[in-house]
Amino acid sequence: MLKTSICGVKLKNPTVLASGILGVTKPSLDRMGREGAGAVTMKSLCHEERSGNNNPTMFNEGEVFLNAVGLPGQGMDSALKDFKRLDDLSVPVIGSIYGYTLKQFGQVTKKIASLNPAMIEVNISCPNIHYGENYDNSPSLAAKVTKICKKNAGKIPVSIKLSPNVYDIKVMAKAVEKAGADAITAINTLTGMSIDADTRKPILKAKTGGISGPALKPVAIKCVYEIYKTVKIPIIGTGGITTGKDAIEMVMAGATLVGVGTACYYRGPSVFKKICKEMETWMKKNKIKNLREIRGIAHK
Amino acid sequence: MNCINKNAPRILKISKIVNEGLGQKSIFFNETIDSKPGQFIMVYLPGVDEKPMAISYKTRKEFAFTSQAVGKFTKAIEKLKPGDKLGIRGPYGKGFSLKKNACVIAGGVGMSSVSTLIDKLKNPLIIYGARSKNHLIYLKRYKKNNLEIATDDGSSGFKGFNTVLLEKALKEKKIKQVYTCGPEVMMEKVFNICKKNKVECEASLERYMSCGFGVCGKCMVDDQIVCVDGPVFTSKQLLKMPEFGNSARLKSGRKVSLQEYHATPT
Repeated sequence: MLKTSICGVKLKNPTVLASGILGVTKPSLDRMGREGAGAVTMKSLCHEERSGNNNPTMFNEGEVFLNAVGLPGQGMDSALKDFKRLDDLSVPVIGSIYGYTLKQFGQVTKKIASLNPAMIEVNISCPNIHYGENYDNSPSLAAKVTKICKKNAGKIPVSIKLSPNVYDIKVMAKAVEKAGADAITAINTLTGMSIDADTRKPILKAKTGGISGPALKPVAIKCVYEIYKTVKIPIIGTGGITTGKDAIEMVMAGATLVGVGTACYYRGPSVFKKICKEMETWMKKNKIKNLREIRGIAHK
Repeated sequence: MNCINKNAPRILKISKIVNEGLGQKSIFFNETIDSKPGQFIMVYLPGVDEKPMAISYKTRKEFAFTSQAVGKFTKAIEKLKPGDKLGIRGPYGKGFSLKKNACVIAGGVGMSSVSTLIDKLKNPLIIYGARSKNHLIYLKRYKKNNLEIATDDGSSGFKGFNTVLLEKALKEKKIKQVYTCGPEVMMEKVFNICKKNKVECEASLERYMSCGFGVCGKCMVDDQIVCVDGPVFTSKQLLKMPEFGNSARLKSGRKVSLQEYHATPT
């Protein structure tokens, strides 16, 4: 019922562990596969080892989850030895990468491709680091990143992860599609900040961060809806998806796969099974046999 | 309303500070906390950092954590005075079971992770090891308990490892459950001794944490998330965790030996 495919990759269900949540190690990716995720995304890696920010790096207040972890990572060369390969897990793995320069984007893509992931996701949109260039906000730079990553990815499909912190996400989507992207992941977190009245200080050590959690859902739905209208390539709809009904709504906006990240916090690691069960219940009740029947249906 | 159980730091005033020994201090708050023995809190020192700490004292009126000054964060904690403010969130993680005929074996400041467990157990045998007499904490607190001490230099109790006392106790006494917290090399020894003697064991593990609630993925030991699946693990779980006693992840996520992990400042 929930079987889905994207860019030729077959999945048992459309839920995907979003990048940045738990995907630091290979056993944790495998675990999330066993917890029911249809595919799993690694935490983004670049050309060098990074420790990220000091704590507090994240906290939750109701439907808002704010983080500024700052992309810690062991670096691609260390990861090659640590992960060894990415095609021997119980579910497809999406390798997530970034660089500071175009050259580094290319080099890191080539290295992750050697581990044979099912897909490569290019993270041009983390709001908590300085890339050196505004890849997230410039259609021409995003297109350049797409081209160099595609060139280095070989036959592995490439998805570009877009930011909601832009004037018009349609322009960004069009630019990466034209540059050869096989898919789009939308969206990364929305920039935000919180100040504690008692300490008179920003709570996050990095001061500003990115909002995820249920509060992000309407932003993500709107972005995916607009991207679906603009491009023909499939979309991994990510942002605030916490329940099966959320996932159904994301598919109705036009998503092929549904990213699940912060919901691991709200509902525990078994959230994938829970979301899938809730999706099936909704589909049975509404006599939907395949997600294709409702994909993008909100546009009609 | 219990103001502690939210996942953003709640700013609390320190009510009391107790000197426990060489650089070890217990920081008290006049607040209740709904926690089980073995659970931990995230302690936020504004402008410095936020770290996981075991709840080391808990009554109906107050709770505390015990910190040993080793790194930048704990050295800053050491300088605090009553009335200063800290942010607290939690409690987090799964705690210890509460079984009869128990032995609690602790090493160094690891004692602070099992102290509320000792408070709840019925007359457990406590085996406590540290480098020297000056490194032992809570001695007054446990003076009425069944306490055996081991020090590396022999300045108090048995001269040698506390695990020697454990082996002896398992042979001579009716112990059905062992609980442990301390350096991981010691806990691995405890785990192996228990395995040999067919006694159940639970160990409380320490790893670098950003979130404390199962999101950041830095505290993974094999496929176990220490902050939500642990920090307390049973022998059955530990048996499937080859990284236990061997390796840990740095803040960056790079896997290193336990020795390198402990030598790397965060």
